[in-house]
Amino acid sequence: MERHLLSGNEAIARGAYEAGVKVCSAYPGTPSTEIFENLPQYKDVLYCEWAPNEKVATEVAYGAAMAGVRSLCAMKHVGVNVAADPIFTAAYDGVTKGFVIVSADDPSMHSSQNEQDNRYYAKAARMALVEPSDSQECIDFLKEAYRISERFDMPVLFRTTTRVSHSKSLVTFGEREEQEVIPYQRNAAKFVCTPANAYRNHPKVEANLAALEAYGNTCPINKLELKGSKVGVITASIAYQYAKDAFPEDTSFLKLGLTYPLPMELIRDFASKVETLYVIEELEPFMEEQIRAAGIPCTGKQLVGRMYEQNPQRLRQEVFGAAPETVDVGVEPVSRPPALCPGCPHRGFFYTMSKGKDFVVTGDIGCYTLGAAAPLIALDTCVCMGGGFSVGMGLAKALEVTGQKKKVFGVLGDSTFFHSGMTGAAEILYNKGEVIPVVLDNSITGMTGHQDNPGTGYNLQGEMAAAIKIEEVLRAIGYENILIADPQDLAAMQQAVDGALASEVPAAIIARRPCLLIKRIPHDTGLCVVDTEKCIGCKKCLKVGCPALFVKEGKSYIDPNQCVGCTVCAQVCPVGAISRKETK
Amino acid sequence: MMERQSALLVGVGGQGAILTAKILVTGLMEVGYDVKMSEVHGMSQRGGSVSTQVHWGGKVYSPVIGPGAADILVAFEKMEAVRYAEFLKPGGVAVINDYELPSSTVAAGLCEYPAGCLEAMEAHFRCVTLDAAAEALKLGSAKCMNVVLFGAMAKALGMDQIDWEGVIAKVVPEKFLELNLAAYRAGRAAVK
Repeated sequence: MERHLLSGNEAIARGAYEAGVKVCSAYPGTPSTEIFENLPQYKDVLYCEWAPNEKVATEVAYGAAMAGVRSLCAMKHVGVNVAADPIFTAAYDGVTKGFVIVSADDPSMHSSQNEQDNRYYAKAARMALVEPSDSQECIDFLKEAYRISERFDMPVLFRTTTRVSHSKSLVTFGEREEQEVIPYQRNAAKFVCTPANAYRNHPKVEANLAALEAYGNTCPINKLELKGSKVGVITASIAYQYAKDAFPEDTSFLKLGLTYPLPMELIRDFASKVETLYVIEELEPFMEEQIRAAGIPCTGKQLVGRMYEQNPQRLRQEVFGAAPETVDVGVEPVSRPPALCPGCPHRGFFYTMSKGKDFVVTGDIGCYTLGAAAPLIALDTCVCMGGGFSVGMGLAKALEVTGQKKKVFGVLGDSTFFHSGMTGAAEILYNKGEVIPVVLDNSITGMTGHQDNPGTGYNLQGEMAAAIKIEEVLRAIGYENILIADPQDLAAMQQAVDGALASEVPAAIIARRPCLLIKRIPHDTGLCVVDTEKCIGCKKCLKVGCPALFVKEGKSYIDPNQCVGCTVCAQVCPVGAISRKETK
Repeated sequence: MMERQSALLVGVGGQGAILTAKILVTGLMEVGYDVKMSEVHGMSQRGGSVSTQVHWGGKVYSPVIGPGAADILVAFEKMEAVRYAEFLKPGGVAVINDYELPSSTVAAGLCEYPAGCLEAMEAHFRCVTLDAAAEALKLGSAKCMNVVLFGAMAKALGMDQIDWEGVIAKVVPEKFLELNLAAYRAGRAAVK
């Protein structure tokens, strides 16, 4: 059979296709994004979309499952926080056809603000939890997740981690299994969550979970690998792969795919067959706590750390005390943090902010979080999607009531504006906030790798779509003075900021220039060069924080391989030593 | 069953390590190995330090390794070689691009690029050092630097049972094939 090398995310998309899924909705977020980037190849047989946020995506997918087709939504771990409201109610109301929610967790925070362990969501919301450990399981377990969802009448949380989603391993494909469509019929007692209905639904949920636990004792995705009787390991997800490398050949494994509810009978039986029982899991002691509470002695978090990503060498050290042999070459590398790209439109805005001594800038999740990095250091906060406006509101109120004279700018991007910035914009206007909302509109969802959003004019299926204008939304909310500037033109950017500060009516700023990495539009790129005769070595240009710019032998130097000719450094140079050559 | 082997490819976001890894895994798959590969997406790609891991053997479990477990380290930038040196097994091989890319912290004047990266690596490991950027420019495009490095890596790995030129033909677009084959050969020739 032909083998394909697929990432976990590509395999989940393939699994959705093979499982006969018909409606899919998601908001991008690392490490989940590629699931939906790989769905449009199946658009002849399934509908897929980018929703404005994770809550909307979950509601869209859930509505489809109510209507009688298999549906999928996907998000990064913190996206589940946004979507938690419909998820908890969906767990009570159940489904007509299978409904799977993918949560891609990010241990070690490769691209995230925390490393929350979303397995607890399944327990808290009272629904099934399925965890694959490689790409083949992403396909096979997803199909099983749909069967579980339908048989036990509940949503299934399908949890991956960065190393499941972004690691590639070999898979074989199956055929698409078209599902019988259940014609839609109103079922208000099930799907209208009035208190009376919810009261009646809760016992059904508990009964379904009890039945699911019994099923877990024999289900095909919970696997026993009996080798020796000395050491047994209960594990799941990517931790299984680490443990297989870290533990000796003769170790017995109970490898779980259905991890909530835990199959306690199977676990008890496995525990009785081995002398020493380990529970190996990344992050929190989710399984260990439940296994201990069932009265089964085991070893886990007293040895294995609850922070950061695991790997076989770390696990071997933590469990067996065997430190890996390594070489110290004796040279310390300096840090290489991510930075705004050369030519990034956000640079001009943050450079302008960095000059205002009394400015407070409340930021958000996206490429523009990098405005916090040296030398710009032009960001005070970053909490969550949408928080740029509303955290700024609270900060401004606190400054206002305590008489501290500072100007607050609430900053977020175009995709974030549609995600949850619009409500913050309404909050600021409605409650008379002393905050200037700023939308850094680079016409794309940048950090996650260029997905379309309601402002870009295209949808996930590659069709032309309505392009919702940010200025019209802000105007409709009540911002009478909307200043639109090209952030790469520093004088224009400064003028917009000054104009907003002086405005007597509610003002908002849109800093608008498309991301240079957008492929479908032409960009006017060039190359800037330093005239070393004119350069006085004052290093003012270094303050724009461009990775293409550094000092060589006392003078500024521009790396021609990186420079795109944006001229922000040239506009800052006090002696006109930097100029743009038009060739590139 | 063949013992598991691990390659660690490190560099700076945007240097093209992913293509190098793709050529490697395509060749390994063709001769029937189990293969796993791990990469990092998202924020770190914006000019940050990035790594891609490739593992192969009879059966591969973990798609990632910890310190002291890589058989070969391919560094697209010399400071990155030093950063990931602890992941290389004692006695492992390092293929290092003699190329210096200052980090944003260096560019901002906050710290200095460390001296002696190559010498430190050469003092502790069997090293293959080449100026892949210069080799690539000689062939006419800085972009094929990653395939020059692949050529050096393929030679250092000694896996000559794999038809690497045939693999490259499958992976790269046809209009860049001649360039990439020349890059591959230049990389091989740089290994003594």
